[in-house]
Amino acid sequence: MAFTAPKETYSGKVYNVTIGTGERAASFGGENVLPFLPFEGTIPNKPLIAYEIQDVPPTDWPENVQKPFSSVSGDPVTWAKFCQDTLKAKAIALRLIGTHPDRENRSPEDAAKTVKDVLSAINVPLIILGSNNAEKDAPVLIAAAEAAKDKNCILGKAQEANYKTIAAAAMANNHKLIAMSELDINLSKQLNILITQMGFDKERLITDPMCSALGYGLEYTYSVMERIRLAALTQNDLTMQPPMLADVGMYVWKIKETQAPESDVPSWGNAEERGIAWEATTAAALLMAGAELLIMRHPKAVEAVGKLIEEL
Amino acid sequence: MALSGVEIFKLLPKTNCKKCGHPTCLAFAMKLAQRQASLDQCPDVSEEAKKILGEASAPPIRSITFGSGDRAVKIGEETVLFRHDKKFVNPCALAVEIKDTLSEGEITKKIEEVLASEIDRVGQKLRVDAIALTNASGDKGKFESAAKLIASKAPNVPVILSTTDPASAEAAVKLFAGKKPIIYGANSGNAEAMANIAKTEKAILGVVANGLDELSTLTEKIKALGVEDMVIDSGAKKAEEMLENNTMIRRAALKKNYKPFGYPVINFAQRDDSLHEALIASVGITKYASIIVVSGIEKWKNLALFTLRQNIYTDPQVPMQVEQKIYKIGEATPDSPLTITTNFSLTYFIVSGEIENSKVPCRLAVMDCEGLSVLTAWAAGKFTASKIATFIKESGIENEVKHRELIIPGYVAILSGSIEDKLEGWKVTVGPREANGLPAFLKARTA
Repeated sequence: MAFTAPKETYSGKVYNVTIGTGERAASFGGENVLPFLPFEGTIPNKPLIAYEIQDVPPTDWPENVQKPFSSVSGDPVTWAKFCQDTLKAKAIALRLIGTHPDRENRSPEDAAKTVKDVLSAINVPLIILGSNNAEKDAPVLIAAAEAAKDKNCILGKAQEANYKTIAAAAMANNHKLIAMSELDINLSKQLNILITQMGFDKERLITDPMCSALGYGLEYTYSVMERIRLAALTQNDLTMQPPMLADVGMYVWKIKETQAPESDVPSWGNAEERGIAWEATTAAALLMAGAELLIMRHPKAVEAVGKLIEEL
Repeated sequence: MALSGVEIFKLLPKTNCKKCGHPTCLAFAMKLAQRQASLDQCPDVSEEAKKILGEASAPPIRSITFGSGDRAVKIGEETVLFRHDKKFVNPCALAVEIKDTLSEGEITKKIEEVLASEIDRVGQKLRVDAIALTNASGDKGKFESAAKLIASKAPNVPVILSTTDPASAEAAVKLFAGKKPIIYGANSGNAEAMANIAKTEKAILGVVANGLDELSTLTEKIKALGVEDMVIDSGAKKAEEMLENNTMIRRAALKKNYKPFGYPVINFAQRDDSLHEALIASVGITKYASIIVVSGIEKWKNLALFTLRQNIYTDPQVPMQVEQKIYKIGEATPDSPLTITTNFSLTYFIVSGEIENSKVPCRLAVMDCEGLSVLTAWAAGKFTASKIATFIKESGIENEVKHRELIIPGYVAILSGSIEDKLEGWKVTVGPREANGLPAFLKARTA
């Protein structure tokens, strides 16, 4: 019985999204096949990895991931430049965590200033993230979107509770938008529909089905992503065709495996290497599930995932 | 491909004798097609029909037991391409390569690492499953003495004997008689000789080819030589090729019932850079490898790969559960707060993670609710005031803590009064609804 390759052709295609402006603009998505199977379709872009920085010093990050940034993380502008110039970041994700009411509770005006300052210091695309406080994110992201007008950033994250104001801000200021729902393909589809019903162009959306760290629900994110991607390709479901985000760093660097010193759990091995491997492995698995945009923290994990992408 | 009821019916005696317990041969055929009956129930079926039906009903990917005894691993038998459709059946085995060019001391050290690799995670014991001895020296004597060392120091660990030289393979495989090792492997140059050894020594044969076409020719040839148990390698080394070939093999086996690829896949992920190797192995774990060979098994890497394998091979229909007990988080003292939640693993991980983030030492009572999350368990009547009260009383926690205060999830605030009624002497405090509110909540209490 001679072998004939069981190739698949799909009716759907993931939207190609371009962010940033000028020479350093970057694109992701655009493929009409399952992840990294170029022999049966086209994959115009490789996944994009953005370095995560934040508006306040990362005192909440575990020491092993604070360390690579210790000389620059006191100021978001220096930090952003370091990522772009020294680490060769292709995109930067600025998390305005300091605006959270339980944190520094920075004002929308302060946040807008940080966004402006960072934007004027870099030429790679910027992703602007709120503090994940649905209420506070609305005014913060409106101010941030205005401060970044026409810079073609990604604004996020719009959730069920606040999508109207954030989507309107993204639309008015020509940004892309992350729509996040919690680990459920139907919720994800519904939110994309609600946002597009406001007149927001579906080709400017990025779906965040919510990330989970390896060992902490990764299989849920993995399967929701696979199902979204299959719906986009096999059923040509237009609402499921925006590229997907895996917000890896934030979820990985808060669990025990990325923090516990080797002296506490000798069977887990070196803590620093373990943390890096945890972030990189989580990212690798989600790439296989269909993520096109990754937000990551540790330079060594980013480097390793970059190397994997090169080989795929 | 699975046969239809009518196709099966044509192969049956058509006597309607009812000896199988079904009213007619057609009814029996229909049951067979749905896999609700077994062909053994028909006493009069012909040998020819048995053969055809047996082949048609065989699982599309052969089930193979690699190794023997306690540490044997079952591989293959997969039925789907995507884990959300149905559980991936047999978790892929991780094997560490030991080269026969290493000194006796180095080999012993690696063997000891394998033996000590076991880790417990969410109630499952995870470990490096196998050793892959490679004939890097090209020398028969060295290969044999390294094999002897492994056979004596790790007699229960499943072994892959990697050499293309039949004489070396034969010498080494005899050291693992009755232990179902894998000989890796047979290629287009040595297929007959290797097949004979595998057949005589009852070993599994690893088949390696240069691409999928050659692989399909080789497995058919080897099967014709009488070897049933094979693991297959398309020869892919680069991640892209590995992913493409693994996908083609799995699709062909499942969707086309293509028999030459109906075997578990073995991938070789060795890289000089250990982290890169871990990520190549991750590609294999997520996409269809049944055995992955790596060169290094640092503890951090094992933990990450074991965990990924556990995540991917979890049954998507059965929630992962953690053991019911009262967990101490941080340096909990008799005065530390006591919180309660359900035993859905995700709930446990998130709640315990947030408590850890708070840096406030705590006790977390995890109650068996059959793996449901808090709200679902409450709605299903498994996280109720009386059940919580019974659990707390029987847990013996009253001897461990000085206080009598229980913090319950905000979502079940409604239970606070009835728990106090049923749990005499206890005060119930309503905590935050979401776990991410715990750090602020706990810190505020101690401030």
